[in-house]
Amino acid sequence: MSSPSAPPGRPAVVAEHLVKVFRAKREVRALDGVSFAVEEGTVFGLLGPNGAGKTTAVRILTTILAPDEGRGTVLGHDVVRDADAVRRLIGLAGQYATVDEILTGRENLRMVGRLSHLPARQTLRRADELLEQFGLADAANRTLKTYSGGMRRRLDLAAALVSNPPVLFLDEPTTGLDPQSRRDLWHVIETLVRGGTTVLLTTQYLEEADRLAHRVIVVDHGRVIAQGTPADLKAELGATVITVTVDDAELAARTAALLAPLAPSPPVVDGTTVALTVERGAKVATEVLRALDQQFVEVLGLTLREPSLDDVFLRLTGRRTDQDTGGPPGAGALTGPEGRRGERGRGGRTRGATGRGEDR
Amino acid sequence: MTIAAAPTGSGGSVRWVLSDWVTMTWRNLIRLTRRPEAIFFSGVQPVMFVLLFRYVFGGAIHVTGTTYVNYLIAGVYVQTVMFGAVSTSVGLAEDLQAGLIERFRALPMARSAVLAGRTAADSVRNVGVLLLITGIGYAVGFRIQNSPVLVIAGFLLVLLFAYAISWTFAIIGLSTPNAETAQLAAFPILFPVTFASSAFVPVSSMPGWLQAFAVHQPVSQVTDAMRDLLLGPKPGQWGTSNVWQALAWACGMLIVFAPLSVWRFRRAT
Repeated sequence: MSSPSAPPGRPAVVAEHLVKVFRAKREVRALDGVSFAVEEGTVFGLLGPNGAGKTTAVRILTTILAPDEGRGTVLGHDVVRDADAVRRLIGLAGQYATVDEILTGRENLRMVGRLSHLPARQTLRRADELLEQFGLADAANRTLKTYSGGMRRRLDLAAALVSNPPVLFLDEPTTGLDPQSRRDLWHVIETLVRGGTTVLLTTQYLEEADRLAHRVIVVDHGRVIAQGTPADLKAELGATVITVTVDDAELAARTAALLAPLAPSPPVVDGTTVALTVERGAKVATEVLRALDQQFVEVLGLTLREPSLDDVFLRLTGRRTDQDTGGPPGAGALTGPEGRRGERGRGGRTRGATGRGEDR
Repeated sequence: MTIAAAPTGSGGSVRWVLSDWVTMTWRNLIRLTRRPEAIFFSGVQPVMFVLLFRYVFGGAIHVTGTTYVNYLIAGVYVQTVMFGAVSTSVGLAEDLQAGLIERFRALPMARSAVLAGRTAADSVRNVGVLLLITGIGYAVGFRIQNSPVLVIAGFLLVLLFAYAISWTFAIIGLSTPNAETAQLAAFPILFPVTFASSAFVPVSSMPGWLQAFAVHQPVSQVTDAMRDLLLGPKPGQWGTSNVWQALAWACGMLIVFAPLSVWRFRRAT
């Protein structure tokens, strides 16, 4: 998916060398000198695995947490010295839907409206407007306990929008959502940006950043390890990924050996699929088929695709972004270095579940 | 971009601070009405205390100047608002756990509103609880002896004290990792202060070292003041101004612990 082009503008959000150290059982440098600038009216993607420091950056920029070093500004206001001015300009929607379970949807929005210091009448109108817009009008008078995960997340986003903030922080807005709810939320975000809202988005889903963000930084262990447009990052990898699916794992290993001379880097085996990253996809694909045909290897499937940001992350860190099998389609279908070691069973990925606990 | 009715200055004008307090009180009162079981059980406990001490322990406790049931009810008022303050701790711990606080912190609302709303809602609940105890008390033989003005002053005093205790116990809620721990942490403080007092038994029956504590601590002072206001002072004691001492305790605790709680809230993560 091609990324939207970024209109030029002044920075709406600036982070300058943010450092935050947590001292609990051991010292953790959650942020270790992170700098970036978000242009007004654009979507900025903060990308990285769990524990990379994304949420810490958002909490600092939304005045919830003070940085140990460095400074942040929102539309020119310092997030520490001028926190109150910043709070009037931002909306925050989180990974953990921050709404009151015991209140109804409407009550939640009214509460946030009043606490945002909107006039009473405007609060009432705005609450109803948002409930309508987010398809929650029917559920408006039900307590949130009865809401589904997707509805809760929509209400959370609606709460962030009550005061029409020019700058919106979305901390993993779609983590844990089903694909349909995820696409709905993307659509909402795209609509907001067309209306001029600046969005800072954190995500573990590379497809999400690819789809929404004009610019992206990749964070790992509190440091920025790459930045640019999604297209830049993909261009850096400069290649096409060819995956070949065969009948069983043993055959996959043999296939990998056969194909090794065709690609600059060794093919990656994952279960019954073999992936190779090459410069000229179509040409090599023909060679792949010819080579396998000559050796009487039956090919069950062959795909060509542009590298995703997942490939970028793998290339930058040598690790996969996460093990979350609940990710969007495509994001979990790649192989990592551990795949080479893997004594994986027939049919591919195993033990995806162990990593999931971290997300909760 | 719309920045509607943005107040000036840190935390906004006094008007917005009050508005935030009202909003948060409203929120907590709604939460209270949505949990009828919590209301029910907060009523059961004082009723049990009244019946327990009236009919089980009361016969063994000797007081002078009035009947034991008259002596008892003032104690139950104070004991109940003390125990009720645990719900302030628990409620705040729940709020911190739920992540909703994160949103509050990113809003231009007064930092004090989360606590002020909680303690104000708890005060409203206390009004109901005091009326309930009075009703049960009347059913088992308690009779008010003083003029309505003094009685109302007594209720206001207990409510003010309860409010101060709420702010004090807020600190526990803000300092513990979850609601369960908040509840457990409250009781070691609650029990000695509530029971080593004149709430249920005359202090004179306690050993000397304990008397020294029991006489001077706030639960005794407020209970004694309440007794004076409900029943009239014991002969020759009206001058001792139990009421002023109790009032001083309540105000003093509020002045110390309300800012301390807000300070703790700003630091709690």
